[in-house]
Amino acid sequence: MSRTLYDKLVDAHKVCDLPDGDILVYVDFHIMNEYTSPQAFSGLDAKRLGVWRPEAHLAVVDHVNATRSREPHDAASKLLIDNLEANCTKHGIAFYGLGDRRQGIEHVVVPEQGLVAPGMLIACGDSHTTTYGAFGALGFGIGTSEVEHVLATQTLRYKRMKTMRVTVEGDTAPGVTAKDIIMKVVQVVGAGGANGYAVEFAGSAIRGLDMAGRMTVCNMAVELGARAALIAADEITEAALKGHSHSGQFAFKGESWVSGPEAVFDEEFTISGADIEPLITWGTSPDQSVPITANIPSALDYVSPKAKAALERSLQYMGLTEGQSAQSIKIDTAFIGSCTNSRIEDLREAAKILEGRQVAEGVEAIVVPGSAMTRIKAEAEGLRGIFETAGFEWRPEAGCSMCLAMNDDIAMDGERIASSTNRNFEGRQGRGARTHLMSPAMVAAAAVAGHLADVRDFK
Amino acid sequence: MKDTQMTKTIKGIAAPLPLANVDTDVIMPKRFLITITREGLADGTFADLRFDNAGQQRPEFILNNAPWTQATILVVGDNFGCGSSREHAVWGMRQLGIRACIGTGFAGIFYDNARKNGLALPVVSPETRDALLQFAGNTSGAEISIDLDSRTITAGEISVPFEMGDATRTSLIRGRDDTLDSLEHAGAIRDFEAGLEHRMRVSVIK
Ligand code: SF4
Repeated sequence: MSRTLYDKLVDAHKVCDLPDGDILVYVDFHIMNEYTSPQAFSGLDAKRLGVWRPEAHLAVVDHVNATRSREPHDAASKLLIDNLEANCTKHGIAFYGLGDRRQGIEHVVVPEQGLVAPGMLIACGDSHTTTYGAFGALGFGIGTSEVEHVLATQTLRYKRMKTMRVTVEGDTAPGVTAKDIIMKVVQVVGAGGANGYAVEFAGSAIRGLDMAGRMTVCNMAVELGARAALIAADEITEAALKGHSHSGQFAFKGESWVSGPEAVFDEEFTISGADIEPLITWGTSPDQSVPITANIPSALDYVSPKAKAALERSLQYMGLTEGQSAQSIKIDTAFIGSCTNSRIEDLREAAKILEGRQVAEGVEAIVVPGSAMTRIKAEAEGLRGIFETAGFEWRPEAGCSMCLAMNDDIAMDGERIASSTNRNFEGRQGRGARTHLMSPAMVAAAAVAGHLADVRDFK
Repeated sequence: MKDTQMTKTIKGIAAPLPLANVDTDVIMPKRFLITITREGLADGTFADLRFDNAGQQRPEFILNNAPWTQATILVVGDNFGCGSSREHAVWGMRQLGIRACIGTGFAGIFYDNARKNGLALPVVSPETRDALLQFAGNTSGAEISIDLDSRTITAGEISVPFEMGDATRTSLIRGRDDTLDSLEHAGAIRDFEAGLEHRMRVSVIK
């Protein structure tokens, strides 16, 4: 029988069946951050339980820490950071805290340390854990009660998902990045369109991406509602596994981590690579996007009164007029960062646009490298100089920062941001803040132009 | 778990919240997440919908208006609970007195978090949801009843089935603790681990 990659992964980790149809799956590796784990540790204490296998867990500080300096910006965030460290010390769990060269956004740190390999099952108390699917590993986000569960048992109760394959076939045009590919998929399948599904990405446009691009695609698959995103392991994956601290310590041999040729998916979507243009979001849901050359939708584009009302609400929040051109949208801030687009490859792409150019007057531009190692590498390559000469503020510490504004990087009411992040929800980057999602190169282009701009005009 | 603690029916006033894609940031804004406990989250729940910048109640928000100030059930738009994995969203809703949300589909992590905390999420068709939205919007304060046993929602003249997996339903009815339950399979977990080769075991460098 031909099984999908997803089914192979679930089968390989099944510990036992449970009554009522759930199964117990083994978690090879589990990552924690400072804000979704405290109550899990107190749950263990309350039940007088220990950690099943402490060496299979890693904790990082990334969500609440300041990135302007190593010092926490306030007492509350310091409490969360210290609490995580104390819990890790108590239970013998690895902790990459502030000042550690391995610290950074969890989903940037893990691949960088070589802690993900094809065939693994990885859980983390964060929705963007789908990122690891780029390596042919099953990664998914869990809540705090499940963090407690995996700490105590090294397993999770699991319900098998339905499967969906999204095939992106054919070359994409120059200027079109992995971010545009996944934003196009979100636009086509819809936010929540993959609720209850594990999504496998296939096709030549996906296979042609480097690992950073594949991670961007799998990372944002959660905006479809996908509980897992997968890309089959190939030579590019193999090459990426070499040379990291943890590489060679573990491997899942004996299976080829690809879907069988006859495997049947519950749902299929096909997108032509040639149909994808650089995209920007105009609304408050990641599926509300248009090509940078197009106009914001108008009520005439919709039939149902419900859709018209939703459009009106989004436009009102975003402070836009229906039908206005995407490139007429002026920005206040440009932000490059987040687990979607803050890797060295992303910084290089943005730097290419910025070299010899200046950030427009009145635009505040910030870049936060995804990890300390990314920052060190970027500085060694001279990228920091390019960003700073162009007028970007280069942050010395890594973290999520303005991706979700849980530290002191909070956008003001009405502030408009060109952002390389993954969510444009109301209030995501600050109460009343207006987020436009796009690729890091497009953020750089917008920073220079002072308004949303087409990266292809920046030769 | 004793029978007396079993929840088979959830009954109460329902409030309509028809917005689509209500994400966990709307349910529990991030400023309430800087905490190491589960408590004290009721005020944070839907905070930016309930209160204005000055902390005054927004009169236009449904839960600020009688009889929906008493609501224990929400009828919600598509893709409710999307976004981050924060369980604080569910803790807060429970602390605000919400026991169930009826919708057409929920984000996966939110769904699992809900089940762990006794928040029922019956899934119905878009037509049923719209009918229930209308019923809930009625100011008479009539109650909706959700029978977990028979998987039926009753609201006035309306009586419709809903979808809910067996494991979730049992969990809600019995209020079990998954961590302790799974530890009963400790033997099977050890056996599984014994079958893993050394190179298949992660050991993180400290
Ligand atoms: S960078 Fe943003 S999306 Fe990624 S883990 Fe941090 S807050 Fe979440």
